Formats: sequence, structure tokens, C-alpha cells
Amino acid sequence: MASFSIDQQPIEFEPGQTILQAAMAAGVYIPHLCFHPQFSAHGSCRVCMVRIDGRTASACTAPAAAGLEVENLSDDLQALRRDILQMLFVEGNHLCPSCEQSGACHLQSVAEFCELLMADLPFQYPRRMVDASHPDWVLDFTRCIHCELCVKASREVDGKSVFSLTGRGFDTRLVINAPDGLLVNSEFASTDRAASVCPVGVFLPKHQGFKTPIGQRKYDRHSIEQITEE
Amino acid sequence: MSPEQAQTIFEDTRQRFAGAADDTRLLQYLVDIQHRYHFIPPPAIEALQQILHLTRAQIESVIDFYSFLHSDQAIRYRILFSNNITDRWAGSAAMMQRLTVALHGCEDAGIALTACSGLCDQGPSMLINGRAIGRLTPSRIDDIAALILSGVELEDWPESLFMIDNVIQRSDRQLALSCQPAAALRRAIELGPDLILQTLNESGLRGRGGAGFATATKWSLCRQASADQRFIVCNADEGEPGTFKDRLLLAQYADSVIEGMTIAALTVSARRGFIYLRGEYRFLLEPLQADLQRRREQGLLGSAILGQAGFDFDIEIHLGAGAYICGEESALIESLEGKRGIPRIRPPFPVTHGYLGQPTIVNNVETLFSVERILQKGAKWFSEIGTEQSRSSRLISISGDCEEPGVYEYPFGVSLRQIVQDCGGSDAQAVQMAGAAGTTVLARDFDRCLSFEDLATGGSFMVIGKQRSLLDMLQNFAWFFRHESCGFCTPCRIGNHLLPELLQRFAEAQATGHDLRQLKDIAETMHRSSFCGLGSSAPTALSDALEQSPEIFTAGMASSSDNPAFDLSAATREYRTITETESW
Repeated sequence: MASFSIDQQPIEFEPGQTILQAAMAAGVYIPHLCFHPQFSAHGSCRVCMVRIDGRTASACTAPAAAGLEVENLSDDLQALRRDILQMLFVEGNHLCPSCEQSGACHLQSVAEFCELLMADLPFQYPRRMVDASHPDWVLDFTRCIHCELCVKASREVDGKSVFSLTGRGFDTRLVINAPDGLLVNSEFASTDRAASVCPVGVFLPKHQGFKTPIGQRKYDRHSIEQITEE
Repeated sequence: MSPEQAQTIFEDTRQRFAGAADDTRLLQYLVDIQHRYHFIPPPAIEALQQILHLTRAQIESVIDFYSFLHSDQAIRYRILFSNNITDRWAGSAAMMQRLTVALHGCEDAGIALTACSGLCDQGPSMLINGRAIGRLTPSRIDDIAALILSGVELEDWPESLFMIDNVIQRSDRQLALSCQPAAALRRAIELGPDLILQTLNESGLRGRGGAGFATATKWSLCRQASADQRFIVCNADEGEPGTFKDRLLLAQYADSVIEGMTIAALTVSARRGFIYLRGEYRFLLEPLQADLQRRREQGLLGSAILGQAGFDFDIEIHLGAGAYICGEESALIESLEGKRGIPRIRPPFPVTHGYLGQPTIVNNVETLFSVERILQKGAKWFSEIGTEQSRSSRLISISGDCEEPGVYEYPFGVSLRQIVQDCGGSDAQAVQMAGAAGTTVLARDFDRCLSFEDLATGGSFMVIGKQRSLLDMLQNFAWFFRHESCGFCTPCRIGNHLLPELLQRFAEAQATGHDLRQLKDIAETMHRSSFCGLGSSAPTALSDALEQSPEIFTAGMASSSDNPAFDLSAATREYRTITETESW
């Protein structure tokens, strides 16, 4: 089997795999947010930036090839990831202490892994309507990182196309396909894959706020690099 | 809107598009609807949903992506002032102010800013419902205001308002050669695909869009890719601020460009081609359609071109709708497929997986023009001037602080000093190469030369006079990229959003050492980690300035420490002026 290396560690790969896919199969963690093994690569978050034979590229879109030397956890790449993560933190309203997703949030746990302690850029505090129309779900769009995982899950797994990204630039935002744009009037169902795939806290189930006690949340006992993605 | 009106729009939309409904034409339908109703009315969206089997959100997300499409309300006259830095230098702000005052209270008109509209040699300029008007002066603004206030339909406005000049200031061998329709194509047929590729290879032709990829290699890769069908796309989305030479080629050398596409089709056996024409150049649509039609009648497009059985190729024109990112080839293909112009993951490249997933050649207008020149006159004729890595000549669009703006053809290797001298830019402090995403070359470096080896450009060459503020230019570029980032990836979406405010702090002399460090960090992050070239090149001029002209930043700093600088008196000055409060 052909192989390449990540931080000097040999990684075997199947033809057609990206560097991130091969790394995940080998149990080597490359920080990432918009990639999920169930779906095609997206390439938008840029957190999985690695150095491949001296050139910086995203591991989720770069094809694996024999003999490549990939740097993953070097100081400057972790610093680059902190800069990218900071941007995401100031773009939305990521108020971890009061967020129900705290402790189970990819953005929070990747930031922890990359040792981002605080965001130094100016916070933008976006104003977006919360959608609480559905009896069992509430959506807070100010936390969306535009990874489109819910868009893909709804289309590819649920067969529905409930979600789309609209707008352009900083005005890009998640919208719901319903005549009035409200979740309750869309084809969304509580069991949809789209609801469980969000890496941040846009999708929140009602009637069970802060159910999991601190200490037992997803990333309380194991950090993100030790947990296999569901 | 009454139920009857809504029903009429619904039926009308269905009737016009249901015949050969094709979701790859969604953007074209929307452009048409916008033009017809001065916005995209909800019943038209419902009709499109029905005939294209798309969701409402899918259609609205396309409308929301393109600047020239609006779903809010019908506005009879939508006016967009070109906000390129050259338009600003030519006084666009005063023109916009004058029109805004004249139209105060007029509900039929909306006024906003748009990115460079490609009339930098005749700015200030504007678009009104997509039609371009250049050479704005106070009296022309007053005429426009009068026409709007008296409700004259745009179709009935005097033609003189819409006159566009195409000025060739300097010709070299390519522009000097006239187009003899079919001459190059006949030669290409004689040669056949292998020898066409060999000729192009010998000519040394490299793509004129900016990246400079060898044209023969691109075509060979497309030809080798296994596929059911192949496509030829002419990238006429000339959006690089400051460039307009493709406008001239499409207006005066359209036959050459179309023939270049036809030669590409012959080489890779493509049957369909597209010209992706930027919305700002809508005024070229009808003339280009007439050119295509004439060539069909002459047997130069369509079935059995020039009597060659099996040589079938035709071209359709797709209009853009105000999105700079669509000049990026994979975003352009998304847009051609009727979608939001978001760049694709590469690899695979369009040359193997392009339009509809099929091998697609995307070439710049000027590249295709040069193909026709080369086939007409031979590789040697083409390549005998220029430099080692940059054969022949290229067109540049010169604007800004110079006496003779227009299109210039120069052999590669010419020094910036020579160009600046020729165009009458004797007072230049610098030149901005390749638009807002390009490099700023200070006068001390004018010995550098135009070439892929040294200074490449997609065609834009903006002369910066001594009287101009470089910081002001950087703020203009930051505005441009905030407006034009597609929003797909983190660094470009957020970095471009943050830069204008940071730069504003320097403009107000309120910046600190902390702000300066953030400027550098954001530029570096965008440069290193953006998904496509738009994001990675957006901070180029900023990085150049940080390195070459640090004094423009230090001049804007209230403190070099990290402590926030706060000047109470300055911060309340505007308030005190408004409230006529003497002191604080």
C-alpha cells in the first residue's frame, strides 16, 4: 500500500483519498470543522490547513499521493489555525458560557485543541432572527459557520433540500426552504440527519436545555482528537 | 401587487421559459425577469420553481448572490456609480452627490455603488438598469436627472448618453493586423488538431487572464480527457478593476475572438461554446449576437463549418450579473450552470471536469484573440518579439492619472518607465498593476518590466499621481473586496469584512500598534489560507504598502503601543458640530 507522511509518521492511503481522509482512517488527527466523513469535502472553513512539500493547502481537498511530506501540528500551522478560528469566533455570536452546545461544540473543542484562548479581533455581533417556529427545535443562525453540512445532509441523506446558503460575502447566511422561510413550514423532521450534523450550536432541541451536566458532555473527558466523528 | 397582476406575471414567466426549460439557464432567466419588471417579483419565482423543479430557497439564493438581481421591490431606474479608484479620482463622488440631491424624494430611482464597470478610461461612469454611461459631468448628470424626473423610458433616452469610446493608443503587431474572417480558421482546418497544438506551442502563447498557463498545454489536456462532450468558454467577465481591453476586443475584434473559440472547438472536438459576458458589458450583447448570427450565415458557425462534415460548433452568450468572483474559472462555470458563483474544489480542474462535469477550455478574451492572430500569421510571427518566458505582445488598459488613457499594445519586456512616459503619466508616484488584487509598484521601481517573469497583469494598469493618497486607494480596494468576496471561505469572507474598519482607523489617525499588527495578521492569514485566488490575492496591495510605504500607516497612528488610543475631543467632534456645542 502506498504511503505518505504526516509529521514524519507514515500514513497508508487508498487511491482517491484526500490527505484528511487518509489521516482519519489512520487515526491521525488534523483539526477541521467543515469536513464530515459521511459527506463530500467542502473546503470552506480552512482549519485543516497543512503544509504539503512546502506548500500550504487544505488537507480535506488535497489528494493523497505517495511520498508526500505533510506537516500538521507545527507551531506556525497551529498559529494559522488560531487566526482562522478567531475569525469564526468574531463573525458569529459564540458565547460559550451560555451556549447549550458548550462542551459538545466542534468549534469550541477545535479551538481548545489549537490553544486559542481568546479572540483578539473586533466582534461583529450579527443580528439574525432566531427561528423558534418548530415545536421541537430552535435555530440560532448567528452561530452558523457556513459549513453546509446541514445543507448536504438534508439533500443527500434526508432527501429534502430544507436548507440553503444565500447572500454573498459577509452577508452569506443559512435559510430555510419554506414559503415563509420558517422551519415549522418546511419539510424538516426532528429525526433528520441535518439536525444532528451541525458542528456548532445552530440546531438546538427544545424541552431539554442544558440536560447534560458539565463533566459529562461530549468533549469534557476526551478532547476532540480522541473522539471518532458520528 | 394585485392578485390579477401576480397571475399575469406568473403566466407570462411560465410561457416564456417553459418551452425548453433548463435549470442551467436559471441565471439567464433571472437577468431577463429583472430587466422586464425592474425586479424579480414573487410570482415569477413561483413560476420558475414550477418549470425548473427547484426550491424557492434555491432560486432566492441565486438572486441574492448577484448584485444586479433584486427581489425586494421594483425600482424603475436603478443607478450604480462605478466605485473604482480611477472613477473616484475622476470625481465620481461629486457626481453621485449631485444626482442624489437632484433626485431627492424621487421614488422611481435608487442610487448605489458598484465595483469597477470597465469604463476607467472614460470615468466617472455609471450603470442605469445595466446600461453604461461614461464621461459623467455635472451637465450630463443634470440631463439624466431631468429624464428620470420626467419619467422618460430608458429606451427613449438620447443615444449620445450611452456612447462608449474604444480608444487604441498604441498598436503593435496584434492590433495592427486586421481580421479576415475565416482566414485563420481555414488554416486551422488545413493543419488539423495536432499541428494546431504544435503551432500554439511554438508560439509560446500563455493565457492572458493573469495566471499565464500555456494555452497549448491547456488545450491538449482537454483534448486528452475522456468525455462525451467538451466545451469552449470565453471568459469575458473582465472584472479586474481598471481593465477594459477585452471591451475593446469584443467591440472591434469580435470576429477574431469568436474565430479563436471556433479553432479551439476544432482542436478538441467541442460542439458547444459560451461567451460569459459580464453584466456591465450588456451593451455588447446585441452586437455580439449579430456577429454570431452573421458567422452562422457565412457557414463559420453551426453545422459542417466551412463545409467540413462533422465540424459542428455553435456559441451562446451568457450574461453575468455583477459578481467579480465569476472571473475565476470554476466560479464562472458554476455561474454558467445557473448557480451561485462559488469556486469549486480544484483538482479536478475545469480542463477535465468543467461545465456539466465535462472537459472545458476556459480562455480569456485576449487569449482567444491571439489564437486567431497566430493561426493567421504563424507561430514565428507571433513569438519573435517579447521575452524568453513571455512571447509576443499583450494589451493593457491604462487609466488613472495620465494624459492619454486607453488601450495600449506592448511587446512583453517593456519597462514601466516607458509605459508611464508614453501615456503621459509623468507625475506618477506609483502604478497599480493587475487591479485591486495586484501589486503596487513605486516610481523608484519603474525599471521593472511587463512580463510573466516580472510583473504580470490581467490587463489593468492604473497610474497613481503624486497627489493621491495610497491609504485612500487601499481603503477603496478594501471596499471592493468586501463587496466582492463570495463568502465561501473563512479568511476571505471575514478578513475582507474586517479590513475596511481597521483601515478607517488609520485614515482617522486613531490607530494603534495593535491595529497595525492586526492588519498584518489578517493579510497574512488571507494570503496563506484562502480557498481561491480572490482571497489570497486580495491583501496584495495592503501587504505591498506595509512593506514599501510604512509611513502611510505610521501617519495614521495615535499611539504605537497596544493601548487603545481614544481622543474624546475628536470622537465627539461630529456630535458637537451637529448640536452646535462649543466645548465638551
